[in-house]
Amino acid sequence: MKNSSHTAATVYVPRDSAARSVGADEVAGALQRAATRGDFAIDVVRNGSRGMLWLEPMVEVVTPQGRVGYGPVAAGDVDGLLAAGMLDGADHPLRLGLVDELPWLARQTRVTFARVGVTDPLSTRDYTEHGGLAGLRAALDMTPADVVAQVTESGLRGRGGAGFPAGVKWKTVLDCADELKFVCCNADEGDSGTFADRMVMEGDPFLLIEGMTIAAHAVGASEGYLYIRSEYPDAIATMREAIETAREHGWLGKGILGSALDFDLHVRVGAGAYICGEETSMLESLEGKRGTVRAKPPIPAIEGLFGKPTVVNNVLTLTTVPVVLANGAKAYQGLGVGRSRGTQVFQLGGNIARGGIVETAFGITLRELIEDYGGGTRTGRPLRTAQVGGPLGAYLPTSMFDLPMDYEAFAEAGAMLGHGGIVVFDDSVDMAAQARFAMEFCAAESCGKCTPCRVGSVRGVEVIDKIVAGTHRDENLALLEDLCDLMTDGSLCAMGGLTPMPVRSALTHFPDDFLGGRRLLDIQPVRASQPVQASGARTEGTA
Amino acid sequence: MTTSGSDMSVESVVRRVVADHRDQRGALLPVLHAVQAELGHVPQEAIPVLADGLNLSRADVHGVVTFYHDFRREPAGRTTVRICRAEACQSLGADRLVSYARESGLTLGETSADGAVTVEQVFCLGNCALGPAVEANGRLYGRMSPSRLGSLLDGAPNGMPKQTPEETPNETLDGTLNAAVSS
Repeated sequence: MKNSSHTAATVYVPRDSAARSVGADEVAGALQRAATRGDFAIDVVRNGSRGMLWLEPMVEVVTPQGRVGYGPVAAGDVDGLLAAGMLDGADHPLRLGLVDELPWLARQTRVTFARVGVTDPLSTRDYTEHGGLAGLRAALDMTPADVVAQVTESGLRGRGGAGFPAGVKWKTVLDCADELKFVCCNADEGDSGTFADRMVMEGDPFLLIEGMTIAAHAVGASEGYLYIRSEYPDAIATMREAIETAREHGWLGKGILGSALDFDLHVRVGAGAYICGEETSMLESLEGKRGTVRAKPPIPAIEGLFGKPTVVNNVLTLTTVPVVLANGAKAYQGLGVGRSRGTQVFQLGGNIARGGIVETAFGITLRELIEDYGGGTRTGRPLRTAQVGGPLGAYLPTSMFDLPMDYEAFAEAGAMLGHGGIVVFDDSVDMAAQARFAMEFCAAESCGKCTPCRVGSVRGVEVIDKIVAGTHRDENLALLEDLCDLMTDGSLCAMGGLTPMPVRSALTHFPDDFLGGRRLLDIQPVRASQPVQASGARTEGTA
Repeated sequence: MTTSGSDMSVESVVRRVVADHRDQRGALLPVLHAVQAELGHVPQEAIPVLADGLNLSRADVHGVVTFYHDFRREPAGRTTVRICRAEACQSLGADRLVSYARESGLTLGETSADGAVTVEQVFCLGNCALGPAVEANGRLYGRMSPSRLGSLLDGAPNGMPKQTPEETPNETLDGTLNAAVSS
């Protein structure tokens, strides 16, 4: 049915880079062409992604009943969808129903991600109409000390992985007497399986600006730096544009929202160094140096960027702050379990049928996330393991999938909740190869400052190879154990300190893969160690 | 834009970029990104100019250029393809993509002899729910298969094939994994 009425139908097509990676731009282009031909009146809005990534590109049409979703839509489906009456929410094999009522989404508690996928990320009107700036306005009516008290009371812990209470960090910076202080956001999200930072920067950039501005008010900072990894060009472009727009609207700059607060924000682009996700390495990089870690103390809160008191927080921490201020500490604190308060943005990736973002209160189990939300593996083969918390997190066997998602429960189980990234593997995985990769990754990405990490990781690869080959197996297992102890205790930062976690968990839970007791499935193991015969040169995967 | 200019043109580009970033704190990384954007790489002759312009030692500048994976000492090929090898993509057969590139005669980290393509590895493109992921000339591709990688390596701008969640795993994980499924 042709839409010949004078009002154009509003159709949302995500601009999120995951959606674009499977054809969202082509879908938006096909819709535009239909509109240009004059067949249909369509107003295409590029929103963020709702986080149901297996349905991307997911197109939403505004109807009197609500937003109706269709997906996954290919460009070639567009004409058929339009002809079927998509603009009126009509039935079609790709029709998903009212998006807000989809069980996957409806069951979640979206706090940090409340606007992501709903709004046009760069529309200031959308932002304020959907509750934006309420947190900043509330904060500006309070003294800095009261803002810090609110954040402390909310129980918000750093979402970057270490889980340090955000309010305690902020209070340290507030208490420093210095005319120049900084707020730095670490958006060097380099962990495999984590993409929430990217999605919120691409899908709701003003939220991060608002969070950093609240932090600036709370601690007395006048300058902010947003350090984004170069692997995220869309996030960089979106944040730059949002910052420009925010300046034009008086949301950044001098006298923010008519208050006495002066704060400006700069985007800095990383250069492909995983280690710069570590806060002190990021500070070195911002100073224009090699991204090597600093020994602590002094802590960055006291001597941070250019030696000045500095708040360093992760994207999700800072994007949660406006909600805490807008709704009050109590409301946020009311969610979660134990000392893990509020919500976490879990990221389901890897070999999973329904991958994406699940924001929910702490305490949900790994099994609920992987099986209920995620629908098991994408290949349809049995689940074997999930790595939680990034490349430095533990590989957990399915027998541990009932573990609640809670910082302390994970630590007790010898694992790490980290950033909330979950990477799923089916039974074709070779866990000795995964353990070897953890060491190899550390060797490739170590900043090189301390010996346990720089050299230990190279030796780790060699020792694992010997174990797998059956060479002096008992001696080499003991050596690996010793090496893991040394790296854990002797490394300056989490890179060398946590690399033993995936290695040990693989060895503990899947010993047969190392000891030759498991007949590997009929799958060709592709090892990075295979010498490249063609040129005789090995350039990849070595330190 | 030049990729192999004379010393003089490198010097003038670097001096202008340094002047553009003079008021930034700790400007070396933004300066190096800008130099690479203009010249395609950071040539050796840029190092003393950068050191002079930013009041750093040559060793400092050299140390930074060589520390970060992004900065190139040599120009890249006309097409740059980066294959994600992090865990999420590994779980969906990223190594098969690497093998495919090798079998095509390409070495990770190197540019093909004819200067057509540079193939590299990268650890995580943030597309972990739609892996395996590959980036080609700044564009991100999800659910990559060896055959689609082939067209990227040939420098063909690869249109988005029609795909559904049901059919992609087979396309992506064809070959060994499917063999395993049926075994």
